[in-house]
Amino acid sequence: MSEVASTATPTDRGPESSVAGAPPEGRPAGQGSRTAGDSRSNGGEPAALPIEARGLVKRYGEITAVDHVDLTVEPGDVYGFLGPNGAGKTTTLRMLLGLISPSEGSVRLFGRDPIAEGIHALEGVAGFVEEPRFYPYLSAQRNLELLAAYDGGGATGRIDEALETVTLTARRHHRVGGYSHGMKQRLGIAAALIRRPKLLLLDEPATGLDPAGMRDMRALVRRLADEGMTVLLSSHLLTEVEELCNRVAIVRSGAVIHEGRLEDLLEAADGDYRLETTDDEGALRLARAHRGIADALTEPGALGLRAERAAVAELTLELAAHGIGLHTLTPRRAGLEELFLRLTESAPATGPRPEA
Amino acid sequence: MTGALTAYHWELRKLVAQKRTYLGLAAAVGVPLLFVAVLVLSDGSPDEIPFGAAVRESGLAIPLVILLFGSIWLFPLIVALVAGDVVATEDGHGTLKTILTRSLDRSSIFIGKAMASATYAVLALGLMALVAGAAGVLAFGFEPLPTLSGPPLQPARAVVLTLLVLVVYLMPLLAVAAIALLLSTATRNSTAAVVATLMGSLIMQLLGILPGLEAIQPYLLTTQFSAWMGLVREPMDWAPVGRAAWVCALYAVPALAAALVVFLRRDVAGG
Repeated sequence: MSEVASTATPTDRGPESSVAGAPPEGRPAGQGSRTAGDSRSNGGEPAALPIEARGLVKRYGEITAVDHVDLTVEPGDVYGFLGPNGAGKTTTLRMLLGLISPSEGSVRLFGRDPIAEGIHALEGVAGFVEEPRFYPYLSAQRNLELLAAYDGGGATGRIDEALETVTLTARRHHRVGGYSHGMKQRLGIAAALIRRPKLLLLDEPATGLDPAGMRDMRALVRRLADEGMTVLLSSHLLTEVEELCNRVAIVRSGAVIHEGRLEDLLEAADGDYRLETTDDEGALRLARAHRGIADALTEPGALGLRAERAAVAELTLELAAHGIGLHTLTPRRAGLEELFLRLTESAPATGPRPEA
Repeated sequence: MTGALTAYHWELRKLVAQKRTYLGLAAAVGVPLLFVAVLVLSDGSPDEIPFGAAVRESGLAIPLVILLFGSIWLFPLIVALVAGDVVATEDGHGTLKTILTRSLDRSSIFIGKAMASATYAVLALGLMALVAGAAGVLAFGFEPLPTLSGPPLQPARAVVLTLLVLVVYLMPLLAVAAIALLLSTATRNSTAAVVATLMGSLIMQLLGILPGLEAIQPYLLTTQFSAWMGLVREPMDWAPVGRAAWVCALYAVPALAAALVVFLRRDVAGG
């Protein structure tokens, strides 16, 4: 752990990097007060980023599972890695963790290459790819003891706390083979926590959980993020991502089609309005003739617009000038789900991909 | 080396927790017991094999006869059950990705697995010898052991010699374990690794008895399972033992090296 101690963490940054009492930049309310985007240590030197992937490619024969992926995860981020099933999320995570070698490109975790430096690059990093797997014939306690022994550095002493965190203390001596899917997911988190990571990579942590389990998993991730952990959350559960993440990358067919602050993505999608007027046909004609208004369409009992903010104001004046009364004017903000579908369904697919 | 010892310790604990571990050990215990029981309940003896005619003269001959029987399939199977499974089972359970993302390097994990496989081979062989010897002595007495040439050995000396025989017998057994480990690492499939190891052993046994192949027979791995017989002569013939040492190394070292390379370089894409 000491080898990456110089990297920026939420507690070792300078005072300018944190906005006490205010929601962090781009971070949904209720999360910690860290500022995404800051990656400088106390000394002002640029700190190594938790994750920096450049031009990552993974090919299986003729098939490209991951296609020139760039990812930048900054300290304090809760980073959503989104994509449909088979988009290459898991393959990318495997490369990040050094489980598979990229065909091209580079990965750095806190400045270290997991392929070239092996486990040394994973200091301060933990998580799981696909569902967490354990020895089914051993108890949860024994599984964690094994992993703690492999980790060294006092990890064994953190087992009790980790099990408590994921509320598995009462079942710690039961064999994992008898665990439910949700319990295994929680045990996966516990196995990650005993490493006391600064970066947590979670691959679909809520998949297969019941609603209560999903809620608990979200609360746990939020809590860990609030405690200062940088989290990369691979998911296709968009409500989960929208609730937890401040930055996202959206992948489709192995390629990143959007990366940036979630807030920016949502704001960029602003500009949808719904109008109810005394004369929708007349209003439609005026809207279509107006500069700055696109996609004016009639909807049942209303008019849908995609327009610049200023153009909407001008349109209301114009409607009034033409004697068309305005019942309602409602801005509509696209949710992440709608944006995700827009982005992923409009992006061109490049052909079949292996399970990823 | 500390990392390898940690991995070794936990590989042993995993073996203790798995049922299949006890299958091999049960066979190592059960076969000599069955053999002695049959001898006690009948009046025949396996006269056609070395020491076969001596089993009723001295209980100390029983372990040696079992070694000869066991070299055909029993011990290769017992060893393959663990060595052929030790890496592949991690693929099967998807746990390879779990342990390879911790702070123990791949080479330490591999060494731990190889050491655990070797330990199991030693344990199975030792257990067989102990049970076979004890059952034999109970049934046929602690009597001087006839040798293949020369006068019989006094019981105490025969016991010491049997220990030496076991060490020599262990050489091809460990080579089989190394091959099973390679197959386990390369195929990522426990059943395939165990079956392939056993088939390889049986094919070599077959090659060892086919006429016209005398030139290669001294270099077959399975031939080395008989090297210990040089020790049960008066005077001792160490030549087969020396050849067994380097022939076994010729099989084991490349197999282990290849398995290590595969383990270090492999993509962990499953599970």
